[in-house]
Amino acid sequence: MSAIIHGAGAATALTTFHSKKLVARSRTNLPGRSKRCIVASGSDDGSKSFGSSSSLSLRHSHKLIPNNAVATKVDTSATTGHELLLFEALQEGLEEEMDRDPHVCVMGEDVGHYGGSYKVTKGLADKFGDLRVLDTPICENAFTGMGIGAAMTGLRPVIEGMNMGFLLLAFNQISNNCGMLHYTSGGQFTIPVVIRGPGGVGRQLGAEHSQRLESYFQSIPGIQMVACSTPYNAKGLMKAAIRSENPVILFEHVLLYNLKEKIPDEEYICNLEEAEMVRPGEHITILTYSRMRYHVMQAAKILVNKGYDPEVIDIRSLKPFDLYTIGNSVKKTHRVLIVEECMRTGGIGASLTAAINENFHDYLDAPVMCLSSQDVPTPYAGTLEEWTVVQPAQIVTAVEQLCQ
Amino acid sequence: MALSRLSSRSTTLLQPLATTSLLRRRHISTDTTPITVETSLPFTSHLISPPSRAVETSSQELLSFFRDMALMRRMEIAADSLYKAKLIRGFCHLYDGQEAVAIGMEAAITKRDAIITSYRDHCTFLGRGGGLFEAFSELMGRTTGCSKGKGGSMHFYKKDASFYGGHGIVGAQAPLGCGLAFAQKYSKEEAVTFTLYGDGAANQGQLFEALNIAALWDLPAVLVCENNHYGMGTAEWRSAKSPAYFKRGDYVPGLKVDGMDALAVKQACKFAKEHALKNGPIILEMDTYRYHGHSMSDPGSTYRTRDEISGVRQVRDPIDRVRKLIIAHDIATEKELKDMEKEVRKEVDAAVAQAKESPIPEPSELFSNIYVKGFGAESFGADRKELRATLP
Repeated sequence: MSAIIHGAGAATALTTFHSKKLVARSRTNLPGRSKRCIVASGSDDGSKSFGSSSSLSLRHSHKLIPNNAVATKVDTSATTGHELLLFEALQEGLEEEMDRDPHVCVMGEDVGHYGGSYKVTKGLADKFGDLRVLDTPICENAFTGMGIGAAMTGLRPVIEGMNMGFLLLAFNQISNNCGMLHYTSGGQFTIPVVIRGPGGVGRQLGAEHSQRLESYFQSIPGIQMVACSTPYNAKGLMKAAIRSENPVILFEHVLLYNLKEKIPDEEYICNLEEAEMVRPGEHITILTYSRMRYHVMQAAKILVNKGYDPEVIDIRSLKPFDLYTIGNSVKKTHRVLIVEECMRTGGIGASLTAAINENFHDYLDAPVMCLSSQDVPTPYAGTLEEWTVVQPAQIVTAVEQLCQ
Repeated sequence: MALSRLSSRSTTLLQPLATTSLLRRRHISTDTTPITVETSLPFTSHLISPPSRAVETSSQELLSFFRDMALMRRMEIAADSLYKAKLIRGFCHLYDGQEAVAIGMEAAITKRDAIITSYRDHCTFLGRGGGLFEAFSELMGRTTGCSKGKGGSMHFYKKDASFYGGHGIVGAQAPLGCGLAFAQKYSKEEAVTFTLYGDGAANQGQLFEALNIAALWDLPAVLVCENNHYGMGTAEWRSAKSPAYFKRGDYVPGLKVDGMDALAVKQACKFAKEHALKNGPIILEMDTYRYHGHSMSDPGSTYRTRDEISGVRQVRDPIDRVRKLIIAHDIATEKELKDMEKEVRKEVDAAVAQAKESPIPEPSELFSNIYVKGFGAESFGADRKELRATLP
């Protein structure tokens, strides 16, 4: 059924652990990774999950994918799938990877017996044992460092920060050891960790628990950052991140955990460096990620009624940016609006604006506009919190302004 | 040469040892029959009964101690002159005076046991089997260095010998070391991790976090505090309320060892390895001393007196101690040891000369090894075959 399971490799690695064997095994992963699929919404090709050669050539020959007006609703096509919530999708991805590779382990606060504070690791401790799903004491610096040290020997830990904001305590380990060890050791060590956790502005959680750390981590050389937004790409990105030899930070959002979607039964992985075309269009390119995707799609409904045709791209890969997809879009529409939840100063939008201006300046008919959260600590009061993040009405106004 | 022979013959009656060596042309003894030596100081322990003071060693081992420590000492002195000649830049932290810790530890463990240390890592690298040429090349930033010239003095690594570096941030290696021990326990290897840190790092919170984790899960971690009594310019009594670092583990047993005595270090490390494999973490405090300052930018004499430094050098120097042992047990003569030191000096000089000729890294090396195999820097097609864009 699945082309990507390496049963034999997994079995032999159980008893005898030798780092050389591991390197060999991960090399055999590459052909498997080549069959990674693209998240193409509404692809009528039933074999999209496998990325078989026929659907690949389809992808390359047509730059535009047949569109759906509102792509968040998955088309109930011939493929049978199962419906689940985003946190269940993450759990499924994690469980499948842990089944597949005995070197994958999870560590974090309350991930084991408690089942995870957002239930992403529910049931895993019963299945895999306490050493593979490790309940750590509250010491982010130490257990992140521990995960990185374990990764230096070949284990593949998935480190959970209960809230992304807590990972600030582990910044030294993430920056200096996680990001840089591959370089400073001249390539001797790889750090295949996944650092994940929920971030973003929730429902009145207060300033310290509503942080968006993607802006702080984006300058660290050597790491990759991805943000998931739907159950489909959550599972795909989780699996891809675990299989990647690079350290990957997977940003989840507190408010997206209960999103429901139907995902395929077969195994699939999403490309870590690729952006997702949510809604193809003609007039303007809207770049977004994580929760803001849904605000953008709400605004898109209003805009379509008003006669605009926005192209919505979920950039997904925050580091590095998928300038190929973005560039093609800019060349088509000539107008860019970035909608993000990050802070205005030094956020992902700021870097993306600079990248687009540098690379696609000639194709722009209007300056790149960036809507971000305000540069304030997130207030507790509900109304104030609403005004901190970008709302659909602001997106509609911005599009109208840009498209004049 | 002839003169010295005459003079020694004339003093035949007074120096029977020298005579026998001259008359019989005895080769340096390298036999492995055990010799038992007692450590100069007893072990002090916390929550555990200390190992015995009688250490088993052999002529071969003592000679290898001498040679390796002399090599390390020479390497550090050579690094000192290279730094002053501006061939080594940045920070250069020298280990001379502390060689016994590296040597004694190596004698007690195998290459499957992992070692991770701080930025004072040149000699630990050598002890793990690293080459002089790689070390000097790395110090001078050449491609032939152990980290391809991209790490520098503070980032020596040797993966095949389980040497995990080489870390610049004080104390950051403590959680990493726990991770190494965790991986060893996870994969059921019968090996331990030695996590070395200094008296300055002993005040870091992450050390106590790591200690708690290691004790909680019985990780095979040996935490070694190389107490050279100065955290850069601050003496230990000025930075620690309780300078008994071996007791700081509280619920974790500890052992205080004379770090200038290679045999005591060997005994303690062997004891610690056995303990860690069965019972979980243990702390070793190595009472040692560094002759140089904290780094080459620190003269080392503003916070301590020169008398103190020369005093330790005369009374506690690790190489002299082994030298005296070798001569007392008639394994080699004074002259043979001096010849050995000269040989070592030549070896170091040759490595330096070779390293000076090595190439500097190509500009393309700036971007290599940031990501593994170019992942993350390029966006590929779904089949990973066609490169679609090189991303900034």
